Amino acid sequence: MTTVVAPPRAEAKEPPPPPAEPRHLPRWAWALIVIGVWIVVWAFTKGQDTLTLGAREHTQLQNDLTEFRNAVLASRDTNPFIQFTYQLGEWFKEAVEWCQRMISIPDFPRPVPQIGWLGVTAVAVWIGLAVAGWRIALLVAASFVSFGLFGYWSDSMDLLIVTFVSVSVAVLIGMPLAVLLGTTSRLGNSIINTILDIFQTMPTFVYLLPIVLFFGIGASAAVVCTLIYALPPLIRIAGHGIRSVPSTTIEATDSAGQTSWQRLRKVQLPMARKTIVVGLNQTIMAALSMATIAAYVDGPGLGQPVLQSLFKNDVGGAFVPGMLIVVMAVMLDRTTTAASEASEKAARGRINMRQRRIVLAVAAVPVLVALWMSRFYTWAAAFPENNLGPSVADAVNSFTEWFVDAFGGATEWFKNVITEALINPMQSLLAESPWYVTATAIMALALVLGGLRALMPTVICLIGIYIFGLWHDAMITLTMTMVGTVLVMVMALVFGVWMARRKSVDLLLRPLLDAGQTIPPFVYLIPMLALFGPTRFTAIVAGVIYAAPVAIKLVADGVAGVSSSTVEASRSTGATTWQEITKVQLPMSKGSIVLAANQGLLFMLSMAVIGGMVGAGALGYDVVLGFSRSEEWGKGAAAGITIVLIGIMLDRIARAAANQDPITHNPTRRPWWRSSMG
Amino acid sequence: MTTMTDHEPQGTSVPATDAALAVHNLWKIFGKGGDKILGTPDAELPRPELKEKTGCVVGVKDVSFEVAQGEVFVVMGLSGSGKSTLVRCLTRLIEPTAGEVIVDGEDVTKANESRLRELRRNHASMVFQHFGLLPHRQVIDNVGYGLEIRGVPKKERRAKAAEVVDLVGLSGYEFSYPDQLSGGMQQRVGLARALAGDPKLLLFDEPFSALDPLIRRDMQNEVIRLHHELRKTMVFITHDLAEALKLGDRILIMRDGEVVQVGTPDQIIGAPADEYVRDFTSEVPRSHVLTLKWVMHEPNGDAGDGPVLQADQIVKDAARVVLDHHGPCRVMDGDKLVGVVDDEDILRVVVAEEEAPA
Repeated sequence: MTTVVAPPRAEAKEPPPPPAEPRHLPRWAWALIVIGVWIVVWAFTKGQDTLTLGAREHTQLQNDLTEFRNAVLASRDTNPFIQFTYQLGEWFKEAVEWCQRMISIPDFPRPVPQIGWLGVTAVAVWIGLAVAGWRIALLVAASFVSFGLFGYWSDSMDLLIVTFVSVSVAVLIGMPLAVLLGTTSRLGNSIINTILDIFQTMPTFVYLLPIVLFFGIGASAAVVCTLIYALPPLIRIAGHGIRSVPSTTIEATDSAGQTSWQRLRKVQLPMARKTIVVGLNQTIMAALSMATIAAYVDGPGLGQPVLQSLFKNDVGGAFVPGMLIVVMAVMLDRTTTAASEASEKAARGRINMRQRRIVLAVAAVPVLVALWMSRFYTWAAAFPENNLGPSVADAVNSFTEWFVDAFGGATEWFKNVITEALINPMQSLLAESPWYVTATAIMALALVLGGLRALMPTVICLIGIYIFGLWHDAMITLTMTMVGTVLVMVMALVFGVWMARRKSVDLLLRPLLDAGQTIPPFVYLIPMLALFGPTRFTAIVAGVIYAAPVAIKLVADGVAGVSSSTVEASRSTGATTWQEITKVQLPMSKGSIVLAANQGLLFMLSMAVIGGMVGAGALGYDVVLGFSRSEEWGKGAAAGITIVLIGIMLDRIARAAANQDPITHNPTRRPWWRSSMG
Repeated sequence: MTTMTDHEPQGTSVPATDAALAVHNLWKIFGKGGDKILGTPDAELPRPELKEKTGCVVGVKDVSFEVAQGEVFVVMGLSGSGKSTLVRCLTRLIEPTAGEVIVDGEDVTKANESRLRELRRNHASMVFQHFGLLPHRQVIDNVGYGLEIRGVPKKERRAKAAEVVDLVGLSGYEFSYPDQLSGGMQQRVGLARALAGDPKLLLFDEPFSALDPLIRRDMQNEVIRLHHELRKTMVFITHDLAEALKLGDRILIMRDGEVVQVGTPDQIIGAPADEYVRDFTSEVPRSHVLTLKWVMHEPNGDAGDGPVLQADQIVKDAARVVLDHHGPCRVMDGDKLVGVVDDEDILRVVVAEEEAPA
């Protein structure tokens, strides 16, 4: 026996055979070389040919776009397409306004809506009870009362109305498409998937300008953009659910001689029910987030007071409606999630249906009473006036002042460090180099990192960015996106690894991250504005906070997904913790990390625009200005398209660098506003 | 290929009405243009070469057999032998490339869509390896699913389903959901679902492969019991030789989509068609399968007045009698003396596990 043991000991002292010398420099070394050369060239040429475009200047193409808009508007009465879209918009608007007269605005000649707050709250609570149980009913009650209590009853109702009108239309359009996606052949699938990919990688804001053109502003535009934004998750997730019904079950029931309609109705839809409800949850959350942002196009709802306060730099004023948006998001998320669980339970016979019906019938009596009262008693029709909202706003303002006084030095220091160390040098390099130098450098980096597969789309996107005439602004936005992504990835790696290695940290952080993801991105701007004032940095930090939850969770799940036996094996060889992380866990979860970086890029890009009016400047500002001034429409549209081009370019380079298939094709992966269902 | 079958199937030469199920020259070629390969020399190529040349894979290659009314017909082969494809072709869950499948005198391959549905609803039901139950329905509604899609009213189908649930020994679990049941019980539900429509033909696709050995034995006995009670024609797919020998009146052995041998269990063991089958069956205790017919020798006038045994008696069962007698025993086929067995004949099989003299 000893002779058998001896040889390994001798071997253990020998170092493992050295890996074959790499024949080429690694990719990151090439990238560093490219950047080094770029910096040298920049040092000699900075400031030349930066293609800076002044605040009120336009290129010919931008003027043409504005002309195009004017032509479209002029042809409103003759062009059948415009007539069609306006008619469509009119229907949406009527639907919204009808709902508004019912619950949120006075229905002339009544001084109040048809149904007052008490009736609406009672009905909502009853629905919560019916779909998800009494706990949710309590949550719904508390949420609705808080809408009134803080003085934003009708804005809250408007936001709900826009969300639900859009979601209803989304379901009408989306479910048939989901069935199609779930049952058709490969070709139909890839067509639908490609279209959904395009929609989902587009930053939110880009929808708005063309929608305003074809649907006007106000409720109609709000519904249309919310609808477009909310549709993909439903189609994708519900379609995936239908497709994932086990083929053995399909085969077994087919062998009983069912028609295809029976298969769909009795087998596929019931078995995909849970996934379909998850899709619905995602759609509602996406709709809420977009309906808030629709305030930019004068959509009714809680987004409007937030936006107005942001313009005025009034943090307290933005805080209260912002908080109510969060309340509404949490309420809708909890309700739909609980509803999916309850429906699953009901489908498995774990709920006594008879008893439930009796409870609901009994509960309907006070609801009817409340409805009746809310029509005839003033106190139940209009929420009693109180001073809570303004006083909270004042309190927040004074807290902010105190905070900025007390900690302003620290936040200022942090801001300055990041600005001086990261943002300024990068922006200078990207935006102050002659455009051809920057373009060449970006192409070289794309080639080095992603090969020819990345180079082609990069060249096309750069040409596009050049043509639309906002090169300088585009480079500034690109800088902010890159800086934000770097910060996001630092956070994602630190917290993700920590979460994956410590169960307790995971338990603590995950609910926070989940909550963070339900909040519409818009709301993040408020505290950041309070802390850092209107600067580029504010928009970046808001974007980082917006993007971090998704990235952290992706990294955490990726690292946790590394096979425990591999980790155990490495530990058994005596690796230190640091070695274990850097040599086993991170390399093995490379896919998730690249995905996290990719998502971080896209998030940062959409936030760069949303932050346009809190000092992000550049493309974001161009877009926001395009909404408000008709002569700037063309420039805004050009900025929007440029943003899309930057997004596509970064996305392609990242994908090619990771050498993996289109990431968004995996429908089980939660889309970027919320990535795990738990 | 040495193919040994009971009768040479020659298309329509055998009247189809005799058999519960008749399959004539059935082919299934997977892949694009599979139907064009048929009839060309390519069709005779071995699988890997055909795959190399055309990208197509032969699942079922010119298979013919007939199953009599009330017979348990077992198709066995290793994975990839095409047995599951074969059984799916019978009700066109997989569309066969060519050939005839005659159920109750009707050619399934020529049926249009509604006729095919009719046939699946009323004539042939199937039990699946992975059960294929609907998780959102209670046992009783799973069992009644076939009746439901035929449009049987709820009350009636529940009554019928309850009857069948009772028959497979699941009384008391009518209102459970599939995920509350063990694997064996889930497969009983699958069995009940197949029986609920009262089909003449039952198809089993490796129904017990996913179950653990003890449960599997119970379920096999359950099938034997149901067969005795209901006398349904059964086609049973398995990769387990012991299961095939236990259940099958006749066994069809497949390899690479082709029929290697068809015969009764003792024919398969006693006279394997080729090395493949011989190898396959080498582990089987012969005395448990072979009948006296396979071990007896010519009566050389030494029969005398030994005990009388029947030729189709299993060796294992007859061993005690023969060994007790200490002399040759008479083996009769009905009233006719066909041979004698003595201690040595029996011991050669029981103890030495030797090949029976061919």
